[in-house]
Amino acid sequence: MVSANATLAKVTPRINTILDTDKIRADFPILDIKVGNKPLVYLDNAASSQMPQQVIDRLVRYQTAQHANINRAVHYLSEVATLEYEHARRRVQQFVNAQEDREIIFTSGTTDSINLVMHGYGRKFIEAGDEIILTTLEHHSNIVPWQMLAKEKGAVIRVVPINDAGELDIDAYEKLFNERTKFVSLIHVSNALGTINPVKQMIAYAHQQNVPVLIDGAQATPHMTVDVQDLDCDFYVFSAHKLCGPTGIGMLYGKAALLEAMQPYKGGGDMIASVTFEETTYADIPHKFEAGTPPIAAAIGFGAAIDYLCSVGMDQIAAYELDLLNYATEQINEIKGASIIGTAAHKTAVISFTLDGIHPHDIGTLLNEDGVAIRTGHHCAQPVMQRFNVPATSRASFAFYNNKTEVDALITGIRMVQKVFL
Amino acid sequence: MMNTKSLYQEVILDHNRKPRNYGVLDHPSHHAVGHNPLCGDRLDIALNLENGQINNIAFQGESCAICKASASMMTAAVKGKTRSDAETLIQEFREMAMGERDLNHPHHLGHLTVFSGIRDLPTRVKCAILPWHTLHAALNALSSVSTEADNDPVQNAASHPEALNRQANS
Repeated sequence: MVSANATLAKVTPRINTILDTDKIRADFPILDIKVGNKPLVYLDNAASSQMPQQVIDRLVRYQTAQHANINRAVHYLSEVATLEYEHARRRVQQFVNAQEDREIIFTSGTTDSINLVMHGYGRKFIEAGDEIILTTLEHHSNIVPWQMLAKEKGAVIRVVPINDAGELDIDAYEKLFNERTKFVSLIHVSNALGTINPVKQMIAYAHQQNVPVLIDGAQATPHMTVDVQDLDCDFYVFSAHKLCGPTGIGMLYGKAALLEAMQPYKGGGDMIASVTFEETTYADIPHKFEAGTPPIAAAIGFGAAIDYLCSVGMDQIAAYELDLLNYATEQINEIKGASIIGTAAHKTAVISFTLDGIHPHDIGTLLNEDGVAIRTGHHCAQPVMQRFNVPATSRASFAFYNNKTEVDALITGIRMVQKVFL
Repeated sequence: MMNTKSLYQEVILDHNRKPRNYGVLDHPSHHAVGHNPLCGDRLDIALNLENGQINNIAFQGESCAICKASASMMTAAVKGKTRSDAETLIQEFREMAMGERDLNHPHHLGHLTVFSGIRDLPTRVKCAILPWHTLHAALNALSSVSTEADNDPVQNAASHPEALNRQANS
């Protein structure tokens, strides 16, 4: 924790405290609600984060004064909406430091983005006998689409194993490559365990073998600075709702040359240059991949959420959450019968844990009695659960608006659960 | 809203730690496996039906406390009952758990009404109901044991002799 403070002091010498959480919490109206008669302690941020008033206000402003369909009419509102939508695209571009805004495709979320790449790239370029590398840590959304492709094409899925701490075995990863390896798709940060994977190193290795790499950044972008040019990934995907934005919107970053070579995923309006019954010419990227009327308000809210996060500062968020993680980890380690699953050296503020003799769903239900919201279950990552030989875990996942008082509420809650089961 | 902690304390203190009829049956006439993919709960129910009466029943599985306690109390409640009495209880329990039954009207649930408050926990209703669904499936199975080798209790018992020692105990 001392080191977290030290890092932060370097980054933001102006402020003494890590983050002014009281001020930040005041931005999130939902944090004031009560569950029963207990104040809400929201520790399910890895599933979905909450929305600050600034983003809510932006959505209201769009709907009250700026809404029309985009890329169509010549009237005032359509022009405003189109400009605001494209402005949001540029905010996303800047957020991940993509070279060009046309490399950012709006999708309905991380799952949609991965499916887009599976259909647009995978179905065009992957053939029978080809191999796709995934990891044990993948969310189901980065497993199932590739299994569908493998089944259709007769391709083969290879899986990078993890160690007991929940870290990828990088030697094993490198050994999986051969002349049939055609694609790597891997999670940046594990949603189930919080492990931060060494994706830059893994991308560099794949590129030595001329294999493109997709990074699932759903759990990374809310918690750290991501630079797609520095990573040199070929594709990067994430959702807005995990970083204080609306649901139903996410993005796909792809290197322009790859996106241009890919086939469209969905056909329809907005993605064409010209249509006759004999032939259709597709629009240029990014529009080639944005068929139909997109969720315009959600895209604009996505941009506003990025504005909000950047006003807090991604490096400050990372340092603050590390401090919170360390505090919570120490507290949970002191509880007899509690075991943390996922003890990687580099983690985001996610703690998956089990309590001896108590099923996670019972833990979740009883914690809810105290207003504490955590996730219980397999976290859409059943291979991770199988690796640790548990059917499910309880997961507390933190955001920058959580504080140590809430960690204490979690700890008190866990001890109460144990008392019920005593 | 009900007091969840008191439900847990009442039910768990007893049935979660000392489940009734926990184990496997040697040669059950009826058997079914219940699965709740969302929670990962899995329950095996095996019973012997003779002359329309459940003369023995056992359950086994991995589940949360609510599911386990519900299974434990269910097996105790239906043991010795006729098939049609068991079906009546299944129906009444399901209705109670889903908040569709007025308990002021006559019913046969007895101690099982401890689960009435589960209707206030919509995400957990299916945990309480799973054993009852599974019993219903077992009673209505066409063959005496499941045709799936993995779910064959006879085979499981044979390959896990220690399981035989955990026979139904009440």
